[in-house]
Amino acid sequence: MTHKIEVQNLYKVFGPHPQEAIKMVEQGKTKDEIMAETKHGVGVANATFHVKEGEILVVMGLSGSGKSTLVRCLNRLIDPSAGKVMIDGEDVTQLDHNQLRRFRQKHLSMVFQNFALFPHRTVRQNTEYGLEIQKVDPEIRKEKAMKALSQVGLAGWEESYPAQLSGGMQQRVGLARALALDADIMLMDEAFSALDPLIRRDMQDELLSLQDKMQKTIVFISHDLDEALKLGDRIVLMKDGFIVQEGTAEDILTNPANEYVAKFVEEVDMSKVLNAESVMIKPREVAYFSTDGPRAALRKMEHASISSIFVRKDKKLYGVVTADDAIEAAERGDKTLEKIVNTEFIKVDPDTQANDLFAMLATSKYPIAVVNDEEQLMGVIIKGSLLAKLSEKRIKEMETQ
Amino acid sequence: MENFSIPIGEAIEATIDFLVEHFAFLTKAFSEVTGNGIDILVSVMMFFHPGVLIFLFAGIAWFITKRTGIALFTLLGLALIWNMGLWDPTVSTIALVLIATLFAIILGVPLGIFAAMSQIFYRIVMPILDFMQTMPAFVYLIPAIPFFGLGKVAAIFSTVVFSMPPAIRLTCLGIKQVPNELVEAADAFGSNKWQKLFKLQLPIATPTIMAGINQTIMLALSMVVIAAMIGAKGLGGEVWKAIQRLQPGKGFEAGLGIVIVAIILDRIMQRVGGKTRT
Ligand SMILES: Nc1ncnc2c1ncn2[C@@H]1O[C@H](COP(=O)(O)OP(=O)(O)O)[C@@H](O)[C@H]1O
Ligand SMILES: [Mg+2]
Repeated sequence: MTHKIEVQNLYKVFGPHPQEAIKMVEQGKTKDEIMAETKHGVGVANATFHVKEGEILVVMGLSGSGKSTLVRCLNRLIDPSAGKVMIDGEDVTQLDHNQLRRFRQKHLSMVFQNFALFPHRTVRQNTEYGLEIQKVDPEIRKEKAMKALSQVGLAGWEESYPAQLSGGMQQRVGLARALALDADIMLMDEAFSALDPLIRRDMQDELLSLQDKMQKTIVFISHDLDEALKLGDRIVLMKDGFIVQEGTAEDILTNPANEYVAKFVEEVDMSKVLNAESVMIKPREVAYFSTDGPRAALRKMEHASISSIFVRKDKKLYGVVTADDAIEAAERGDKTLEKIVNTEFIKVDPDTQANDLFAMLATSKYPIAVVNDEEQLMGVIIKGSLLAKLSEKRIKEMETQ
Repeated sequence: MENFSIPIGEAIEATIDFLVEHFAFLTKAFSEVTGNGIDILVSVMMFFHPGVLIFLFAGIAWFITKRTGIALFTLLGLALIWNMGLWDPTVSTIALVLIATLFAIILGVPLGIFAAMSQIFYRIVMPILDFMQTMPAFVYLIPAIPFFGLGKVAAIFSTVVFSMPPAIRLTCLGIKQVPNELVEAADAFGSNKWQKLFKLQLPIATPTIMAGINQTIMLALSMVVIAAMIGAKGLGGEVWKAIQRLQPGKGFEAGLGIVIVAIILDRIMQRVGGKTRT
């Protein structure tokens, strides 16, 4: 079966005589050797990989490993020295200038590391750019731009200029500019690398939720393994122009193809990959200390089919009540939860390592509560949800040891 | 050594002779157009009473710059010129400068764009510009005479040639300075080269191009003064007369007039360039 994008034996050599350098790559010489002997810079060497329709493929590697060059060969911002780039069965490397322009307009949008917004155009005009180039009717392109802007949460900022926005918002414009185009492939070159960590995480979440709706084919460049693990359906790892491994996040974490990959992986903490926040589930029901009595609490537990329920007081998490206690209290005729609420339970913050949660769950009668800095309940962890998320990884870990 | 002198001078003369002989229709057309252009511009300006025109200029200055100071300077400066009895030569100088600048922009900006787009043309044109800038200004007067004879048209011709380099150079620079990532973005979305030029490169290069045009105007002004030697008249002509008649006072007054015109044009052009920045 053919994939959305298929890249075959792709080379990019910077310098006047690329063929020489390609021969040397075929003879097994490294990028440094070739540089020393011929003064040619190997950007991408013999890359073969594919991207499936609707997936996010992350290309990862250290700075200088050839990621940007690779992604620019896909839309030919950089012309490859050799090899094929098949998109929807068409070889992009064979297109002439005008065909290439039309192909880019139809299939390939791009988001850049430093946003690359046009400073003299408003947010809306930036978003409309791709459509304007295609001479789309002004009314229609305005409509599409507005839709894209509201998708990325920038409704109301249309008439601002990029310089008036924060970095995170600027990159939202970059994203909207790509989305407005309706191209089926989105190339993202370190799109979030210039953002500070908190904003960056927001943008990652947002990309994932957008992707749920859009199902575009995305090639995402990153030098950050955590980001790659979070976003990538599959990951391609590059080193010195070569692809050293290709696979799912699990493949890469558990079966590093070589020392370089292993080194990369070592730096990711498993607990970062899985923390309390990532394994928690939404509390199905919560009781309110000020208004709910034992009967109300019971009804809620019944409704959610749970055997204990967390109790909130003044917006904060206060305690927990079990179904058994609630039945007793109801029979006694208690009007409030005061006598039965248990304030001794385990609460953790969202960054707690998943591995530590196991021990906690073993000693606790209740689910574990995940609370934020304001002591508000964010989610609960029950044995089932934690096990489900961890088991695959555990098994694979044991296999490799 | 002198026996073997390389015939550079002869070659140039032969070339000019050839051009004069075979391209007379072109020089004639240029003469007609510029000659008429200047006459019309001068007679339009002369149609107004100097006082009215001075207020008009001050109004234009205020409209473009929105600075009361600049408008006031225009008003007082031009009033002083009028008071010194230099109004007619000033009008003639302004007309010459405007026409010459117009030609320099019409030719220079497209050449600059072309130099930015074509590496080969860039390699050819830049050394020529360097050469032109080191050449003493009045050398440009010499080839103008065989083509156009003495007078305003010859003055305009040499002024255009002399003042065009910054327009070419800074247009080219402005376009080349557009950040590569922006050019990549324009390409990635499938722009053709005209769309890229008009929607991205020129807007971003505008402040730099305006700086080039400002320099062009200043050079044009200085050349128009020098061109008095071949009959451009105007303020330069007044200076020239004063030198020949040994009248330092008159010479200084005309010089002051030139400075006032220069400052007014400079301030106005700076605002035109600065305003387009966002
Ligand atoms: N235009 C260019 N000319 C010469 N060498 C280049 C050029 N662009 C990139 N390179 C080289 O190619 C290699 C890969 O660069 P790049 O793709 O930008 O890496 P990454 O995006 O992974 O940081 C680097 O060694 C870089 O120096
Ligand atoms: Mg890069």
